[in-house]
Amino acid sequence: MKVEFKKVTLLIALLALGFSFGIAQHDSPADRMEEEGHDEDAKELTTGDHAGHDEHNTELEHGESEEYDPVATVMHHISDANEFHVWKGVHIPLPVMLYAPEHGWTFGLSSMFHHGHTAVDGYVLNHGRINRVQDPSFPKGEVEVGHIEHHVEATPDGDSTDVYYVTHEGNEYKLDPPSTLDGGMMGGGITSFYDFSITKNVFTMILALIVLVLIFRAVAKGYRKNEGKAPSGIQSFFEPIFIFMRDEVTIPMIGEKHYERFQPFIMTLFFFIFFCNLMGLIPFFPGSANVTGNIAVTFTLAVFTFIVVNINGKRDYWEHIFWMPGIPAWVKIILTPVEILGLFIKPFSLMIRLFANITAGHIIILSLIGLIFVFGQNGASPGGASLGAVIGGAFALFMNFIELLVAALQAFVFAILSASYIGAAVEEHHHDEEAPHVAH
Amino acid sequence: MTEVLFLADLTVIKPDPGLIFWTTIVFILAWALLGRFAFRPIQEALKRREDDIQSSLDEAKRAREEMANLKAENEELLRQAQEERAKILKEAKEAKEAILSEAREKAQADARNIVNNAKEDIENQRLAAITDLKNQVGILAIEVAEKVLRKQLDDKSGQEQFVKELVDDIKMN
Repeated sequence: MKVEFKKVTLLIALLALGFSFGIAQHDSPADRMEEEGHDEDAKELTTGDHAGHDEHNTELEHGESEEYDPVATVMHHISDANEFHVWKGVHIPLPVMLYAPEHGWTFGLSSMFHHGHTAVDGYVLNHGRINRVQDPSFPKGEVEVGHIEHHVEATPDGDSTDVYYVTHEGNEYKLDPPSTLDGGMMGGGITSFYDFSITKNVFTMILALIVLVLIFRAVAKGYRKNEGKAPSGIQSFFEPIFIFMRDEVTIPMIGEKHYERFQPFIMTLFFFIFFCNLMGLIPFFPGSANVTGNIAVTFTLAVFTFIVVNINGKRDYWEHIFWMPGIPAWVKIILTPVEILGLFIKPFSLMIRLFANITAGHIIILSLIGLIFVFGQNGASPGGASLGAVIGGAFALFMNFIELLVAALQAFVFAILSASYIGAAVEEHHHDEEAPHVAH
Repeated sequence: MTEVLFLADLTVIKPDPGLIFWTTIVFILAWALLGRFAFRPIQEALKRREDDIQSSLDEAKRAREEMANLKAENEELLRQAQEERAKILKEAKEAKEAILSEAREKAQADARNIVNNAKEDIENQRLAAITDLKNQVGILAIEVAEKVLRKQLDDKSGQEQFVKELVDDIKMN
């Protein structure tokens, strides 16, 4: 067991290293660019870029937040967005699909909002994200709008919350953020509209899908072409990963008898998460989206695992949940609710683990880059900015390597745990094995 | 600096229904496309290849075993052949010796026979010669006796002389 674990760990490390070479090439120019660029640009960036960033949205906020706000910047960068910010003033517009129950559907491109200067049917682009004016008196169609104001308001529960207002012809209109499904627990909730746009995250996911399909089509083609021969090219690169996933994940977790049925699902999970993680580590277009660090994505993936596990649950699986055999009845009364809770806690832990790991990694790297602006004292100290660039850059480079490991590791963990849940669902217990099984 | 509520700003923890919708679609697409066109064919191809390799290895092992068996058999055959050869050689030698000794015995026997025959012949001839001699002596004696008798009739001294001479002659013989 210990040897097995060692082997697994070693292979994960190798896997991560193997990929790090491919990504390091993408990564290093950006890092260098950032490290070198920030030395001279530090002043310009803090006053120019950051402010320039905000200028699209509001001059008032620009005025009040002249200073660099590290938390807000990091939160802005890990958030989903309706347009792809490439660099200063260059945005790639993304398709917009919005639904407000009282208004119906609105389609278009995010460029129609002119980075916050134009409202379309009451929709406004606020910090890259579409918000909506609920007030019915706000004019429909394309309207020039003024600044977006930011207020911190007290909620009825005594907490404070961010509220944004758009100004139009001297009036202030409250902005609704898109609906979220947290039921207000995380400060969100159902608002006056739903955002079904191809956001930055959706765009990156689709890109990951296309890349995956292209790569694995080539790999699969290799198997047709090299039938009865040694693998070659891209096929020989992915074959060890595929075989590793099969021999260390699907076969031991699901079992020799059933693994073939679930292998495509586990492989899709692994490679999809892995590619999304890697795309998130590319610091510029077409990467940089925090896909797997968004709870909506990890929630959906965990739900897929939940559905696959419970659809395939055998009699033994349900018996072990509702009426665990081989233990006294009074223990069963305690155990059954625990097992039923466990049914949901398992995918919930999958969701939180991936989300927290990826988001945390992004926050750390962004914070380290943010050191440049913090040390630069908002442009007042170019020397401090240089120091920040050197220290932040070095640590960010280090973190990037850690994140490469995490990208592979978290994809692997998600896949292996999903496989083990599936394995538990399809496993058929033999009665002579039940006694030691319960003893655990 | 604006006071910001950390958690409220952390939009990534608020599940966006649009993102859930698109993730569902993209993941189902990925699952369907990759499963159908990549993962299933790959896993089948891998299995086929592994079975192939396994069966080739098994076959090689079997062939090796067969070879070993064959070799053992050959060695056994060779050993048997050598034994046979040694046996045949031994038999041949024995036969040769038997023939030789037989021939020698026969030759000796023949030689003995010949010698015996020769001895018998010699004996016979000696006997014949003796008989002949006896006959001759008899004849001579008769002749002598005849002549003596004749001389006796002529002269008594002469007769004596003559007998005497004859006797000397006989003695000389």
